[in-house]
Amino acid sequence: MALHEDKIKELEIKANLIRQTIIEALVEAGSGHTAGPLDMADIFTYLYFYGLKHNPKKPDWPERDRLVLSNGHICPVLYATMAHAGYFSVDEYKKTLRKFGTKFQGHPHRDFLPALETSSGPLGSGLSQAVGMALADRIDYGKSGDRFFYALLSDGEHDCGNTWEAVLLAGKEKLGHLIAIVDRNNIQIDGFTEDIMPLEPFAKKYEAFNWHVQEIDGHSFSAIDEAVNRAKAVFDQPSVIIARTIPGKGVKEFERDYHWHGKPPSKEEGAMALAELRTLGGKIKSEHQ
Amino acid sequence: MLRQDTKLNPKLFSPNVEQIPIRKGFGEGLLATGEADERVVGLCADLTESTQMHLFAKKFPNRFVEIGVAEQNLVTVASGMAAMGKIPFVSSYAMFSPGRNWEQIRTTIAYNNRPVKIAGSHAGVSVGPDGGTHQAIEDIALMRVLPRMVVLSPCDAIEAKKATLAATKIDHPTYIRLAREKTPVMTTADTPFEIGKAAVFFAPEKGKADVGMTVTGALTHKALQAARWLSEEGLRVKVLNFATIKPLDEKALVELAREAGAIVTVEEHQIAGGFGSAVAECLAARMPVPIEFIGVRDLFGQSGTPDELLEHYGMGVGHIKDAVRRVMKRKT
Repeated sequence: MALHEDKIKELEIKANLIRQTIIEALVEAGSGHTAGPLDMADIFTYLYFYGLKHNPKKPDWPERDRLVLSNGHICPVLYATMAHAGYFSVDEYKKTLRKFGTKFQGHPHRDFLPALETSSGPLGSGLSQAVGMALADRIDYGKSGDRFFYALLSDGEHDCGNTWEAVLLAGKEKLGHLIAIVDRNNIQIDGFTEDIMPLEPFAKKYEAFNWHVQEIDGHSFSAIDEAVNRAKAVFDQPSVIIARTIPGKGVKEFERDYHWHGKPPSKEEGAMALAELRTLGGKIKSEHQ
Repeated sequence: MLRQDTKLNPKLFSPNVEQIPIRKGFGEGLLATGEADERVVGLCADLTESTQMHLFAKKFPNRFVEIGVAEQNLVTVASGMAAMGKIPFVSSYAMFSPGRNWEQIRTTIAYNNRPVKIAGSHAGVSVGPDGGTHQAIEDIALMRVLPRMVVLSPCDAIEAKKATLAATKIDHPTYIRLAREKTPVMTTADTPFEIGKAAVFFAPEKGKADVGMTVTGALTHKALQAARWLSEEGLRVKVLNFATIKPLDEKALVELAREAGAIVTVEEHQIAGGFGSAVAECLAARMPVPIEFIGVRDLFGQSGTPDELLEHYGMGVGHIKDAVRRVMKRKT
């Protein structure tokens, strides 16, 4: 069943709010990553406000789906989405990201924020943790388990050998409950992925490792929903959704520029970005908070 | 003389003492702990029989995962399984795990606080003919520097079995250091074992010790031989076996230093950063006494028989005796 138009609108508004929160937190923090968090806001919004089986009031609910964020540096979007979903205070997040004693460490750390599934930062080891979770689930429930294991990955971390070790193992083990979502934004710190270390033909690589592969527009809620549903229906293969995204999505001045990978907006840039988000890129006149 | 209350193998000094590889104790321990606790799972990187995980894999095929030659995946997959409530044991050669996958162990196991048990087999130069690439003499340093990591270094197969069973019962990430070669069986089923506790294996018949030896792993047998020679020469020697390197039994160590006033540490590992360093860090702060170190001095290993290599790198019985004489001269 396709996502209802009203639901799509609701998710779009939520994603816009989450992008605003990301900008506000990064400006206050004075350091951090901008491009990835903005371009993954739609996928995180879809998962936490529609697709994921979870309960913000009971973060340790055993029956929840697991979401493993592998590229920990995009945690501003994870924190912002979880905050809006009710896991913790949006305000506390905006004020304390990356500051001493904060729950919201520069890269996610479970010691400070137990609601996280994993601590992460160093690239290339998230997929294998999700593989381990799915393997454990299969030991306990066989193929009849109803928890899904989402690994959120960057395209750049496909330079890492550890990622491909996990791709091999998941293919061998036919982990039907594993769903990897790759942020295919084509940038990494040093430049464009295809200049740094070409990944194409990316989808064919996954296919060759016996994965079920889908390529989608990572900013279309109906496309995300369809792909996740199809991935859930595949029982004898792990699934990867290669989500084509625009780095910095939502703020025209940041979009498609790899320099925004690892720096925050200044106060002025932040104000400009917020104005753009609140007026939906100038489509409406007065800013909505 | 051998301490009676430790219930050591009475044939310990016999030329016919039974010899069993330490890794075998791990294999038997894993099977036993797997039978007792169904949360235990095993993961191996293409060295199942060599690390003795095959016993567990055969008995519990559904709880065993063959990872292939991919040590980074080995520990990160284990971290994910631990996140779901499993107690994963991973095994490979120490040179590859933790040698190759240290950052993954740090981030996804120690930092993430997952109770994964890492068995590093074939540690030390006594791996022998395979040569220096396969002789892990840095692994104690790599593991003891990690917050939360418990580091176990059993001296024989029986202690290795006990260490494996005990590791299942603690919530900490744990490293278990194993050796390939046949090692004299020094302990018995009745020898006490507790994580974090050192045990007196050898003590003077009467009076205070003149010198203390702190030893870990398979070299414990050579240290005991040296202690017996030296006591026949009239020296009063006390030998403490540290099956746990971290958390270090500081109480026993400080008491030994206070009693003996001089310490020789013995390990099959680089002197830099190893067990002796842990001893020195503790004693420098709490009971400064002269210390001599037996171990590898900033070199790589090479091919040879275990005994040739231990002699070449200064870890033979003679070297231990010389170190005792040196430290005695430094006593004030």
